[in-house]
Amino acid sequence: MAGNIWIVAEAWRGQVSEITFELLALGREVAGQAGVPLEAVLLGSNARELAQKLGAADTVLYADNAALADPVPENAAAALAQLIKERQPAAVLVPLTNLSVDVGVVLAAQLNVPFLNYCKNLKADGGNLTATCVLYGGKMEATVTASAKPAIIGILPGARSVEQGRSDKAAAITDVAVTLAAPKVHFKKYLDPETADVDITQKDFLVAVGRGIQTKDNLELAEDLAASLGGAVCGSRPVIDQGWLGLSRQVGKSGMLVKPKLYVMLGISGAPEHVEGMKSSQCIIAVNTDAAAPIFNVAHYGVVGDALEVAPALTEKIKARKG
Amino acid sequence: MNILVLMKVVPDVVEELEVGSDGKSLDTSFLRTIINERDDHALEQALLLKDKHGGKVTLLTLDAPDIDDVLFTALAKGTDRAVKICGVESVQSTQTAVKLFGDVIAKTPDLLPVDLILTGVSAIDDLDGLMAAPIAHQLGWPYTGVVTHVTLADKTATVIKEFAGGVRGEYDVPTPAVLGIQAAEKPPRYVPVAKVRAAMKSQTIETVDAPAVEAATTVEVQQMAKPQVTGHAEMLEGSAEDVAGKICELLAKRGLL
Amino acid sequence: MSTATASADKDNGVMTLENLAKFPEGQKVYSCMQCGTCAATCPYGDDLVFPPRAIITMLESGLIEEVFASPGLLNCVTCYACMAKCPRGIKLTEVLLPLVKEQVFTHLKEVPAELQKALENTMRYGNPMGESPRKRALWAKSSPVPVPVISEIKRPVDVLWFVECYPSYHPRGNDGNRATAKLFKALGIDFAILGNEEKCAGECARLLGETGLFEMLTDSNIKLLRKYQFKRIVTGGAHAYDAFKHKYPAAGFDFEVHHTTPFFAQHLAQLKPKLTKKLDYTVTYHDACALGRHNGFYEEPRALLQAIPGVKLVEMAHSGVNSICCGGGGGGMWLDTYYAAKGCERLSERRVKEALDTGANVLAVSCPYEISRFEDALKVQGGEKRMVVRDVVELLAEALEG
Ligand SMILES: Cc1cc2nc3c(=O)[nH]c(=O)nc-3n(C[C@H](O)[C@H](O)[C@H](O)COP(=O)(O)OP(=O)(O)OC[C@H]3O[C@@H](n4cnc5c(N)ncnc54)[C@H](O)[C@@H]3O)c2cc1C
Ligand code: SF4
Ligand code: SF4
Repeated sequence: MAGNIWIVAEAWRGQVSEITFELLALGREVAGQAGVPLEAVLLGSNARELAQKLGAADTVLYADNAALADPVPENAAAALAQLIKERQPAAVLVPLTNLSVDVGVVLAAQLNVPFLNYCKNLKADGGNLTATCVLYGGKMEATVTASAKPAIIGILPGARSVEQGRSDKAAAITDVAVTLAAPKVHFKKYLDPETADVDITQKDFLVAVGRGIQTKDNLELAEDLAASLGGAVCGSRPVIDQGWLGLSRQVGKSGMLVKPKLYVMLGISGAPEHVEGMKSSQCIIAVNTDAAAPIFNVAHYGVVGDALEVAPALTEKIKARKG
Repeated sequence: MNILVLMKVVPDVVEELEVGSDGKSLDTSFLRTIINERDDHALEQALLLKDKHGGKVTLLTLDAPDIDDVLFTALAKGTDRAVKICGVESVQSTQTAVKLFGDVIAKTPDLLPVDLILTGVSAIDDLDGLMAAPIAHQLGWPYTGVVTHVTLADKTATVIKEFAGGVRGEYDVPTPAVLGIQAAEKPPRYVPVAKVRAAMKSQTIETVDAPAVEAATTVEVQQMAKPQVTGHAEMLEGSAEDVAGKICELLAKRGLL
Repeated sequence: MSTATASADKDNGVMTLENLAKFPEGQKVYSCMQCGTCAATCPYGDDLVFPPRAIITMLESGLIEEVFASPGLLNCVTCYACMAKCPRGIKLTEVLLPLVKEQVFTHLKEVPAELQKALENTMRYGNPMGESPRKRALWAKSSPVPVPVISEIKRPVDVLWFVECYPSYHPRGNDGNRATAKLFKALGIDFAILGNEEKCAGECARLLGETGLFEMLTDSNIKLLRKYQFKRIVTGGAHAYDAFKHKYPAAGFDFEVHHTTPFFAQHLAQLKPKLTKKLDYTVTYHDACALGRHNGFYEEPRALLQAIPGVKLVEMAHSGVNSICCGGGGGGMWLDTYYAAKGCERLSERRVKEALDTGANVLAVSCPYEISRFEDALKVQGGEKRMVVRDVVELLAEALEG
C-alpha cells in the first residue's frame, strides 16, 4: 500500500482521550496488514509531553501551534490537510467522538473526499482498505471499500481495547510545522456539567437498580459500582416510587429513554415498560436471582445471582483494573 | 433572522430491516422511511429561534414517500415555507444528498440569503459523510456540529456544542453559518392533527426539480448483513467473584474500562 | 372562540362548545345547580383546577378561554364518575368534557413527553407503544388455538375479533388473547382477527382531546372493516368497545359490537358446563369505567366469575357505580410521570389498596390497561405475593381445562 496509516490523536484539557489508544490498536493491525508504518498525529499547543504516550505508533507527528490549544475543528482540519498534502498517507483514522467528528468531516470536505462513517473494523488487504460499518442504528453491518486517497475514516468507540493501544515504548516524535489562518469560529470556553442534577440520558455508563436491590441502604452498592465505572445510578419505576431515587432517574416508558454504552441491571425483572426505555443500550448486563426473568431475553449478558454479592465484587475488580 | 432547515428521511428501524437480493443494499419492498430524528430537532431549533427573534423558517427536503405529511406538519408547527426537491431516487448516499441540496440552495433564486442553515448533525444512514460540513464548505460559510443550544445576535450565533462526559463548549459562529444540530433546546413540539389538516387546506408545498448530479462516490458497499442477535443473553456462570472477573474481561474487550 | 372546529361545523349537526345550546343534551349543561357533586366525586377533583362545575360557570360567564389555557384537565381520566353522580343528569364526561378537552389540548404549551410519544406512535404505527405494525398479530403464533386472519381465510366469519393495541403487544395482554381464543373455540364460535391491518381504535386520543387523531383512526378502521364480511365485532378493549358503541356510529360505523366480558356472559349457559376445573380463588372484581359506569355492565363479569367452580367473589369498599378508576383512561396511561411530578397519588395504587383490604388473592379485570397498571401498583404496595391480577377471560380459560 502506498502511504502510511495515520491515526488522529484526540487530546483536550491536557489529557489524551482513551479512544486514541483504541485507534492506535486498530491502526497497528491495519498498518501491519498493509506493511506500512503507523503514524499518530497529535495537534496541540505546549502538549509535546502528551505525544510521549503514543508509543504504540511507529512515529508521532506533533504539530505545535497556539491556534491548536482550543478545540476548534476548523484549525485542526486545516493543520491536518497541510500535513496530508505534504506526506500523503493512505488512510486517516479519526475518532468518532463529538470532539473529533467535526475535525474529520471538515477535513474531508476540504480535501473533497468522502468521510467514511460508523466504522467498527478495518482491514487492509492488497492495496485495498475494507471497513465494516454499522448502519441504521446497529440494525445492519456493511462491508465497504474506500478507494479515495486518502481515505478519511471515522472509527467508532470500542473498536479495540484501550490496553491494546498503550505502549511503554518511547514515542519517536517528529515535530512538524503548520501555518494556520485565523479561524471563522471562535472558541469561548468550556462549560462543565452542573453536578447538582445528573442527566442520565447523557451518561455512557448506567447502573440500574430494581426492586431486587431490596432496601434503600443497598443503593450504596450500586452507587459504588457506578462510581467505579464513571457513571450514574438510575432505576425502575417502583424504586423511584419508593423515593429511593429522584424522578429524573427513572428509566422506561414513563421515565427517561437512555442509550448508554453500558447498562448494568441489578434486580430488574424486565417489564416491557422498563425495557422500552433502555433497549437501545449498547451493552446490557443483567443480574437477577431468577433464571426465568424476562430481562434475560433483552440483555446481552446475564448473571443468575444475587445482585448484592455481584455488585460489590464487580466494583472491586473494576477498581483493581483501573488502578 | 431567516433560517433554512435541511431535512432528509432515513429507514425506520421500528420495522425489521432486510437485505435486498443484491446482498449489498436494503430490501425496499417493506422499507418505510421516517424523518431523520436530528433533522426534526434542527427544525425545532429553528422554530424556537423564530419564536424568539421572528423571521422566516424555510424547510427544504428531498422527496420521499409520505414526505408531504411531514411538510404539512412542519407548516402547522410554524414553518413558513416548505420546499421539496422532486425527481430524486429514494435511496441516496449522503454525498449525493449533499450535492443535491448544495446545488438547489445555490441555484434556487429565493432560498438565500439566510442567517443560518440548520440540519441534523448525523443520520443513521450517513455512511459516506455527514451533510452539514460539506454544505458549509461549498457555501464558504463557517460550520459547527453537535450543537445543542443556539443564541442569535447580530451577525453572530453563540452555540453550545457537546463534548463528552457532560462537558460542553461555547463558540461564537459568525453568520451566515451552517450548524449540525444534535438536539434542540426542547424536544420537537407536538402539533394536533386538526392543525395539520388545516395546514393541508390552506398552505402549499413548493417543488423544485432535482438538478442532475453525478452520484460518484469512492465508497462502495460490497456486502450488507444483519448482525447476529441471539435473542437471549449469554449467561456468565460461577461465584460472584468469578462472574465479576468475567464481566471485567468483557468490558475491557469492548473498550469500556 | 376562534378555532376552526368550533365554528365551521355549526350547521352540520356537530356539537361544538359554541353551539352547545342548540342541542338538547347541550342545553342540559346550563341546568347545572352548582351543587359541586362532580368535583367531590372526581378522583382528581383538586388537581383539575376547573372541575365540571367550574367549567360550567366559566362557560356561562364567557370566561371559558381561561379554562382552555390551563392544563388542569389533563388530570381528567374520563372515569365517568362525575357524570354518574350529577343530580341533573348532565352528560359531563360524554358531552361537555370532550369539547373542552379538545380546546385544552390545542392550547397546551407543551404536551408531556410520554404522552406526545404515545400520540406520535399511534399516528405513525397505529399503536401507542411504537411497535412495528407488521408485528401486531405476532402473538397469534403462540396461541394454543389457531387464530385465523380474515384477509387470509377469505370468507365471512361470525365474529370479527378486534384485538386492540395493549392485547396485541403487551405480554400480559397476549395472555388474555390466548384465553379469549380458547373460549371462542370452546363455544364453537367461528372467528377471525384483522391481523396487521388493525389500528388503534383511538378512544384515548379522543378522550384526551386529540380529536383529529381519533378521526383519522376511525376513518381507517371503518374503511378496513368494510372490506370484510362478519356478523358482529367482539373486542377485549374496554375503550375500543366504548368508542365503537358511542362514537364510531357518527362516522358511519353500523356493526354489532360486543365486549368480551358481556359477550361471554351472554353465552354463559353454554360455557358453564365446560367450566369444570375448580379454582380455589377469592376474587374481587374491578369495574372498568368504560364498561361499568358508562355502559352498565356490572352484573355480567360477576356472573361469569361466579360460574367458575371454587371462586369466591368479594367486593371492594367501592364497587359498581362507585368503583375507583385505575387512572389509565383519557390518556392517563401516558401521564403517570406528569401526575407524579404534580404530586398526585397514582389511582391504580389507591385501587389496589382497596383490593388488598378485601383479603382476595385475585384481582379480576376486564380492561387491558388494568393488568399492567395493577400488577405494577401491587409491586409498589408490596402486595404482589398476596394478590395476582387476572383478566376475567384468563380465569374462565383456566377453568376450562378440567
Ligand atoms: C403505565 C405504566 C408505566 C410504567 N412505566 C415504567 C417506567 O417508566 N419504568 C419502569 O421501570 N417501570 C414502569 N412501569 C412499571 C413496570 O410495569 C414494572 O412494574 C417495573 O418495571 C418493575 O420493576 P422491577 O423490575 O424493579 O421490579 P420487579 O418486577 O419486582 O422485579 C424485581 C426483580 O428482582 C429480582 N431479584 C430479587 N432479589 C434479587 C437479588 N437479591 N439479586 C438480584 N435480583 C433479585 C427478582 O427476581 C425480579 O426479577 C410502568 C407501569 C405502568 C402500568
Ligand atoms: S370524568 Fe372522572 S376524572 Fe374526569 S372530571 Fe369526571 S370524575 Fe373527574
Ligand atoms: S354535579 Fe352536575 S349539577 Fe352538580 S355542579 Fe356538577 S355539573 Fe352541576
